[in-house]
Amino acid sequence: MTSQEIFDRLIAQFGAVSDAGIVSKLDAPVDPSITVAPAHLKAIAFFLRDDEELQFEHCSCLSGVDLKGKFAIIYQLASLTKKHKITIRVEVPAENPSLPSVESVWKTTNWHEREAFDMFGIVFTGHPDLRRILMPYDWEGHPLRKDYQVPEFYNGMRVPY
Amino acid sequence: MGLLDVKFEHDNVMVTSLDWLLNWARLSSLYQLQFGLACCAIEMMAASASTFDMMRFGVIPRATPRQVDVMIVSGTVTLKMATRIKRLYDQMPEPRYVLSMGSCANCGGPYWEHGYHVLKGVDRIIPVDVYIPGCPPRPEALLEGLMKLQEKVRNETLAKKKTA
Amino acid sequence: MTESTTTQTTTSSGRTLRTEEMIINMGPQHPATHGVLRLELVVDGEIVQEVIPHIGYLHRCFEKHCEHMTNYQQVIPYVDRMDYCAAMNNEFAYVVAAERLLKIEVPERVQYIRVIMAELNRIASHLIAVGTYGIDIGAFTPFLYCFIDREMILDLFEMTCGARLLYNYMWIGGLSHDLPPEFIPKAKEFCRYYKKRIEEFNNLLTFNEIFVKRTASVGVLPKDVATNYGCTGPMLRGSGVDWDLRRDDPYSVYNKIEWDVCVGKGEVGTVGDCWDRHIVRMREMEQSLRIIEQAIAQLPEGNVQAAIPKRIRPNPGEVYARTESPRGELGFYIVSDGTATPYRVKGRAPAFSNLSVIGEISRGAMIADMIAIAGSTDIVLGEVDR
Repeated sequence: MTSQEIFDRLIAQFGAVSDAGIVSKLDAPVDPSITVAPAHLKAIAFFLRDDEELQFEHCSCLSGVDLKGKFAIIYQLASLTKKHKITIRVEVPAENPSLPSVESVWKTTNWHEREAFDMFGIVFTGHPDLRRILMPYDWEGHPLRKDYQVPEFYNGMRVPY
Repeated sequence: MGLLDVKFEHDNVMVTSLDWLLNWARLSSLYQLQFGLACCAIEMMAASASTFDMMRFGVIPRATPRQVDVMIVSGTVTLKMATRIKRLYDQMPEPRYVLSMGSCANCGGPYWEHGYHVLKGVDRIIPVDVYIPGCPPRPEALLEGLMKLQEKVRNETLAKKKTA
Repeated sequence: MTESTTTQTTTSSGRTLRTEEMIINMGPQHPATHGVLRLELVVDGEIVQEVIPHIGYLHRCFEKHCEHMTNYQQVIPYVDRMDYCAAMNNEFAYVVAAERLLKIEVPERVQYIRVIMAELNRIASHLIAVGTYGIDIGAFTPFLYCFIDREMILDLFEMTCGARLLYNYMWIGGLSHDLPPEFIPKAKEFCRYYKKRIEEFNNLLTFNEIFVKRTASVGVLPKDVATNYGCTGPMLRGSGVDWDLRRDDPYSVYNKIEWDVCVGKGEVGTVGDCWDRHIVRMREMEQSLRIIEQAIAQLPEGNVQAAIPKRIRPNPGEVYARTESPRGELGFYIVSDGTATPYRVKGRAPAFSNLSVIGEISRGAMIADMIAIAGSTDIVLGEVDR
């Protein structure tokens, strides 16, 4: 299925709801992506995985992006049986970045969401074990934010060169 | 060695012969801590395989720090790993030596500028005897660093160091 | 952290014993964890109840560095160092993503040389994987055999670009050096030589009774668990799923080359056990030799540096490109804001997802089986932690 057909199928399933779950489809250069509202993310994720036409049973990647004022979380989904792929995009404001976790849909997002929390500070509600994964457990700050300041010392060791 | 170390006032023939014997024994059997951090570890493994064969120098990998003489820090030292490296170094019995292999262990390597989690050189936490440059150094470079370490061991002495 | 539980057990003679679970640390310094990985094991005697992996001991801030580079070409040495056993495959994934973002077409000769280098590096990486797997199980000789063959591949790389392990060879739009004249005859000779060595190696290790007893029916990964946990590469194909990105989502010139995808069938144990993953890697090496021979035969003439752009200034946009590296699906997600510096580069490392499934497949295994399972996942901590 092409990305337009996937978008139409999602609209057919969810678009009828008054506060539409699907926000828009961007023919973004270069990859087309479908933007989704955070509140409806989990229902849409279950539909994407379980529907017979779509069957996105493989979540390849979950990335956070700091867009200076808001965070975007990008999900790359693929179907091994139908051999198609799609990008789903969710945007949350920077003051209180939080959205529902899809760990119960695709178990691979367990670690990916922990990494997004570690690097950006995005809180995934409903995650069974949201703690840091790459940085030490007592690290302060979220390193991949654009306004991150590198600390001078950590446990007695000088950090900058 | 606590009984004999740095107890003699002058070099005499007994001390120099004993020196020669002890140093020869130590440099010919430098057991290494089986410990690879990153890319340089692959070159260290290649150095202990057949083509370059580090074992003919007497360097045998041992898994526990209590039985080794030399720790080859091969790869990037991150802040999370640094406390563990210090603990491993403290567990090594003396005389112990450290070989810093590769650019990351020498000075932070390619991650020196924006690495917020990289320790800029392992010599910030433990004393280093030989630095081997390269990214990664060739196995021959590692063997040359090892030979430099052997030179250093060869020149050690039981006598007290002369002060000026 | 976990807390150990105390339970009461009644023996056959009627006495009650108090037992307690132990928490053992397979710490960052361990001969069999393939790098700086910490596995926290909750064991009941010798049997593992739970495994909690702790990573991040090699987090080298790759993504932060990418945001400060002066142009896209400068990211390539950092990408090399992610999966340091298969650096050519990392570069391949990144240049495929960057060229898709910049809409650059590369000459055919460049495509074929990239395929040859990627497949040679696939063989080199699998040699490290099976050699160190042998050492973990207890067999030292296969490691030496593997590294002798690997030196021949590294000689080929060294004569082309000067480096043995980390190459900076594939540039956006082309390559840094063309193949020297001695490369093709030596590569053909290597293919001839290595076909026979695989037979010898299989007799030594793969079909060895002790190795089979240690790895068959150990660490069984079912199909649906593998897909849900995002496993790819030999982990996924070992569980019987027929998915290979070179065939199913082709990039470069893989659609002009013929080869078979190797899938685990549970020949000596259960489908999806450690032996299946091992035999998938061995058979993939044979298929890589086929690909290299066909690519050499189809190699056209041309200039490998013709399409390298002088200035790289892409339009704003984002792209996700995925390729099949020796460990699985390696993808790069690049966001560009129109300037010469990348805005965000995220590396999707296959070993990251492959490692997350280790808690599921090692329940009830013994500590010695834990070593076999950890070795069969074939992780490289450089890409798990980036």
